[in-house]
Amino acid sequence: MIPVSSHTLSIDGLHKRFGALHVLRGIDMQFEPGSVTAILGHNGSGKTTLIKTILGLVKPDAGRLFFDGQKLSADAAYRARIGYMPQIARFPENLTGTELLAMLKDLRGNPAALDEELLGAFALKNELAKPLRTLSGGTRQKVSAVIAFLFQPSFIILDEPTAGLDPVASRVLKDKIIDEREKGTTFVLTSHLLSEVEELADRIVFLLDGQIRFAGTATDLKATTGHPELERAIAHLMTEAAA
Amino acid sequence: MNATAKILTYELQDVLRSRGVIAYAVFFLLLTEALLQFGSSTASVLLSLMNVVLLLLPLVSLVFGTMYLYNARDFVELLLSQPIRRPHLFGGLYLGLAVPLATGFLAGTCLPFLWHGVEAASHAQTLLVLALTGTALTFIFVALAFLIAVRFEDKARGLGVALVVWLFLAVLYDGLVLLALHMFANYPLETPALVLTLLNPVDLARVLLLLQVDISALMGYTGAVFERFFGSLFGVGVASAALLVWLAVPLFFGLRRFNRKDF
Repeated sequence: MIPVSSHTLSIDGLHKRFGALHVLRGIDMQFEPGSVTAILGHNGSGKTTLIKTILGLVKPDAGRLFFDGQKLSADAAYRARIGYMPQIARFPENLTGTELLAMLKDLRGNPAALDEELLGAFALKNELAKPLRTLSGGTRQKVSAVIAFLFQPSFIILDEPTAGLDPVASRVLKDKIIDEREKGTTFVLTSHLLSEVEELADRIVFLLDGQIRFAGTATDLKATTGHPELERAIAHLMTEAAA
Repeated sequence: MNATAKILTYELQDVLRSRGVIAYAVFFLLLTEALLQFGSSTASVLLSLMNVVLLLLPLVSLVFGTMYLYNARDFVELLLSQPIRRPHLFGGLYLGLAVPLATGFLAGTCLPFLWHGVEAASHAQTLLVLALTGTALTFIFVALAFLIAVRFEDKARGLGVALVVWLFLAVLYDGLVLLALHMFANYPLETPALVLTLLNPVDLARVLLLLQVDISALMGYTGAVFERFFGSLFGVGVASAALLVWLAVPLFFGLRRFNRKDF
């Protein structure tokens, strides 16, 4: 087993507005090393904005983020320890997969330790020779997953990772998540597939209108809502909010 | 190699593969070649090229620059989720477009002169000034294009603003200046005319070019003042400084906006 140094992310009083829209309204959360946190919430509840704030793609209006005890600043070095798989995989259209991977490796200073397991598991070798614009949506998702794990990050963010993947690929990715978690990697993922959440997540965070409505284990969630199924428990939270 | 240089090399590959820049270079090549084949004298060829440089080059740089940055959004998002600082990315993107555009222009206009030759040394000097002002205009208008593209989220709106900026600087400004000079014809206008010229990079380039072809006499007394000013070392220094300001200001505000932008 490769020892992986772990980093905990903590978010403190995070606010973000897009014009009149108050997307995140005071988010406080911590991510324990080696845990899988699932962020749930309906469309537009602020999940992706929260993820993009962690990555520094979105600049918060208020609040602080600490990665491994260090406050996030304009310095981008912390992102070397983060892997990210966006919701929709979009790449420079004219590059081939091989060129894209070479470029990312080069930009990171060609680190020796690479995790290319998913390349083989997804059988991507032939696809990488083609320009990225010619690849199907699912294949792009696979490339995106390879990139997220490639640099052996200690913190991996997956925004709806299995949406668009076929069942086999989806299984491969989930097994990979489970394996890496065992080795101590911290995960944050969003998903609308509750079976997946139940299988992978140690902790569920339910976002509603930019605030944390619930945070805890699936068992806690079922207990507090009184529903033995996760789907009903989540539906309960949503309807409760609407009422 | 630092991040900016690395991004620059990848952008160069991408830009060259999109063929737009190649078409741009070929356009200048064919134009210059045609002018040299059919034009009466080298001086008239250079004069025609000047008009193209002053009118078309800013337009192409603006439109290319804005479209390029809007289309590079995926690339930007991908790279910003990597350990890359925003100023490095901005610099790489800027040079990744401005350098090939300027190279395309230089290759297209200068190569035909290599095999046709120039008639006189003065023509070689004019060609040099043309090459330099064209390069400066390319860098300035790509910087303006980047400022517009990071300032306006919407692609159609950004493109519209770019066209208005071009229309104003390359076409309308001159008319307005002439109108003002005409209205205040009874006053000494040399200094205001000089200042107004410095305020527009296209006008500045035009004056620098016209002084090369000895038709400044046509501009009357103002022309003589211009010739005395821009003909001196001090004047050339001021003109160069003004062009640098025109480069630095949009780049500064563009980068500032880029640093704060949400992706």
